[in-house]
Amino acid sequence: MNLNEFLHMGGYAFYVWTSYGIALLVLVVNILMPLRQRRKLLTDIARRQRRARRTP
Amino acid sequence: MLEQGYNRSLYAVMFNNFFHRLASPKHFYRIAGAWIPWLAGACLLLFLAGLYYGLVVAPPDYQQGDSYRIMFIHVPAAWMSLFIYMVMAGAGAIGLIWRIKLAEVIAISSAPVGASFTFLALVTGSIWGKPMWGTWWVWDARLTSELILLFLYIGVIALHSAIEERRTAARAVAILALVGVINIPIIHFSVEWWNTLHQGPTVTRLDKPAIHLSMLIPLLLMALAFKLYYAFVVLMRARCEVLARERSAGWVRELVE
Repeated sequence: MNLNEFLHMGGYAFYVWTSYGIALLVLVVNILMPLRQRRKLLTDIARRQRRARRTP
Repeated sequence: MLEQGYNRSLYAVMFNNFFHRLASPKHFYRIAGAWIPWLAGACLLLFLAGLYYGLVVAPPDYQQGDSYRIMFIHVPAAWMSLFIYMVMAGAGAIGLIWRIKLAEVIAISSAPVGASFTFLALVTGSIWGKPMWGTWWVWDARLTSELILLFLYIGVIALHSAIEERRTAARAVAILALVGVINIPIIHFSVEWWNTLHQGPTVTRLDKPAIHLSMLIPLLLMALAFKLYYAFVVLMRARCEVLARERSAGWVRELVE
């Protein structure tokens, strides 16, 4: 099987690759969201702590 | 007799101790952090194997040609949409009854992942439906009940973000999730109870699966990959939720410094 044939998916290329593309997007976004949230939370908590220490 | 009783209570203590430690936010945060890379690594390997067998090795279907390959995303996503809902409702119930904070955390952390898989099942089903049924959407029982599942997940997420106090929010969310459980058997049996355009089950039947081994292997590989994906993503989310809840606790302060 050559690459062109593989990408062509027997004429269903649009349907198959759109499905797999959307799946990849959804899976990646679900990993990035908690990573971003964690970074945000940690900087937020650190900022709060510094502020608490400055005001006696 | 006496010794047996002693042994049993020793096991009970060990068992309780394990769960007590795991349920403590500090230990959960650490243990989950250690598990995530391993789960993610195993998940990636299973995905690669599943994609290879599903897209390259498995032959085209004699009726649907290559379009059936959407199944390797669609079916595991649909399975996960039901599985995660049951985990969410179960964890919600445990949180309600025994007031275990970690159960509340798992319940609410599951919702976005479950919503994502439900969305994925609906969208890939729609994309598959177009060439096979000639339409993107029909209001048949399977599709409609799965759409209601998406709304239930969205309802859980919206309700949780609408209530400021985290424990009250968790209780409200658990009750909503439990009421929504009624939809799960409706989704599962919809293809048998009603005359649907959606096909009946080919794998989860009592007699032998009506699917060839060369197609069953990638399907199961992808299903397992999706399960592990949920496991590590829900742990990532749960860690964030624990951090947010415990932001003023001593161990979080030490962690930040």
